[in-house]
Amino acid sequence: MDVFVQQLINGLTLGAIYGLIAIGYTMVFGIIGMVNFAHGDVFMVSTFIALIGFLILTTWLGIASVPLALIVVLLVTMPLTALWGWAIERVAYRPLRGSFRLAPLISAIGVSIFLSNFVQVAQGARNKPTPPMLNGGFTLFERDGYAVTLSYKQCLIMAVTVILLAGFWYLVQRTAFGRAQRACEQDRRMAALLGIDVDRTISLTFVLGAALAAVAGVLYLLYYGVVSFSDGFVPGVKAFTAAVLGGIGSLPGAVLGGLIIGLIETFWSAYFSIEYKDVAAFSILAIVLIFMPSGILGRAEVEKV
Amino acid sequence: MTGLTGPREAVLSVEHLSMRFGGLLAVDDLSFEVFRGDITALIGPNGAGKTTVFNCITGFYKPTEGRLTLAHADGARHLLERLPNHAVNRRARVARTFQNIRLFSGMTVLENLLVAQHAPLMRASGFTVLGLLGLGGYRAAERAAIERARLWLERIGLTARADDPAGDLPYGAQRRLEIARAMCTEPVLLCLDEPAAGLNPRESAELTELLRRIRDDGTSVLLIEHDMSVVMEISDHVVVLDYGVKIADGTPGAVRADPRVVAAYLGVEDEEVEAVEAEVGLVLPNAEAGA
Repeated sequence: MDVFVQQLINGLTLGAIYGLIAIGYTMVFGIIGMVNFAHGDVFMVSTFIALIGFLILTTWLGIASVPLALIVVLLVTMPLTALWGWAIERVAYRPLRGSFRLAPLISAIGVSIFLSNFVQVAQGARNKPTPPMLNGGFTLFERDGYAVTLSYKQCLIMAVTVILLAGFWYLVQRTAFGRAQRACEQDRRMAALLGIDVDRTISLTFVLGAALAAVAGVLYLLYYGVVSFSDGFVPGVKAFTAAVLGGIGSLPGAVLGGLIIGLIETFWSAYFSIEYKDVAAFSILAIVLIFMPSGILGRAEVEKV
Repeated sequence: MTGLTGPREAVLSVEHLSMRFGGLLAVDDLSFEVFRGDITALIGPNGAGKTTVFNCITGFYKPTEGRLTLAHADGARHLLERLPNHAVNRRARVARTFQNIRLFSGMTVLENLLVAQHAPLMRASGFTVLGLLGLGGYRAAERAAIERARLWLERIGLTARADDPAGDLPYGAQRRLEIARAMCTEPVLLCLDEPAAGLNPRESAELTELLRRIRDDGTSVLLIEHDMSVVMEISDHVVVLDYGVKIADGTPGAVRADPRVVAAYLGVEDEEVEAVEAEVGLVLPNAEAGA
């Protein structure tokens, strides 16, 4: 029971990070029907921007207050990463719009390789640690010497995720931009004929996806305390899996998928073998897709004849 | 009926429009005008190139040759073939509907009408940023947008269904909603591709009423239609295409009596056209015959 509760907390934390990244995949897929394979690497770039930000703030400027540093880093990382997302769409995807379906996909893989190699060359191949921050936490209960704890980091990650998701849901469901975005998802040409600038809407979608990935990046850095240039790949693929599992194109689906993947991974590591945790996560994906091809919350495409 | 009396101002001038797809010349050196305040019908047998003309007007196709000029009442002129897709609506103020229904079926009826007012709302919301902060004129703009949507819902009789998904409406209501959505962009010219297709006689009569009202409120209408009773009843001006070439242009009465139009619709061979023309006693294609 104690172990179960502890793993539940750990799993939800990890799942929240996956969910934040997964939203970027699912939104981009929803609007242009393309899997943005570079999204995982955009997330990785954001962890490096955050790392550099933390180091500048703490060592050079000598800011001792962790919450202040965290807020500043978040405010700097989000726009910078969003700029990356915008630039990638502008340079690598927009010129290929209207080309055959595989072209932007190949381009995305190219961008992904470019980003990880760029960071490897610019920042070095070794793991980069940060000094531990925001240590400690609440002990929920203790039994037989096993304490179930909820760390401050985990609280922060979950709180930030919930707040962002609420804000994001409001943006998509209630604002003019959100309406335009949903309209473009359903019928881009019709949306253009109603005066919506489709290119700008797509750009903004990439910007938002990258900004959410940046939040995930800051939280990831805070949680694990170490990043490397190859960190884009595995979390990226997991988040993509989460998006597919939840039903690609569906925002709540992406978050739900992220939580499920996070939980499977941590529970498998705790009760079975840690080496096989990825095998477990991806097996569940395969099984779900065999029985529910459009994912848990995805709508089945009904072709009108 | 306005008739063809006196000089009138063209809202849309199509000049020497040609559209070629590989070896197929879908539209061949077509010129015609749509006059302000008219309901103009573009008719012709299947495959005559009517929808191609629409696609050129609304920026889906870049014409092989020709010029499409849209004139606003204030004298502003827009060359439609040079505008990107969204600017055809936003700047030139042309709206269109399609043969098949293209509503945003997953969104509510009201949202469909609000999406059409995206551009002014985005400006008012400071591209979302000010809107999220509750600053600027966003609230007022949103109220105005909802007000306009309400007005159109009332006109098309869908007020009670404002919050239902658009895809759940019956077919005739979806057709009306499409027209209302196009009208929410405040167009100068409304292009309708077969608006009466699949409507029953009662719905067809409602549509006629709606189109008259739109015209009387100051929007010029260009429509493609197969239902001749609808065309003859509401059009002020008819342009007939066959194989991408204009074969007649005039009032409904004049066009109906034109032997070339009769031949095109009844499928008379080219060689026989002259015989038919002789029988009818044709002199001028635009003569105010019949009616």
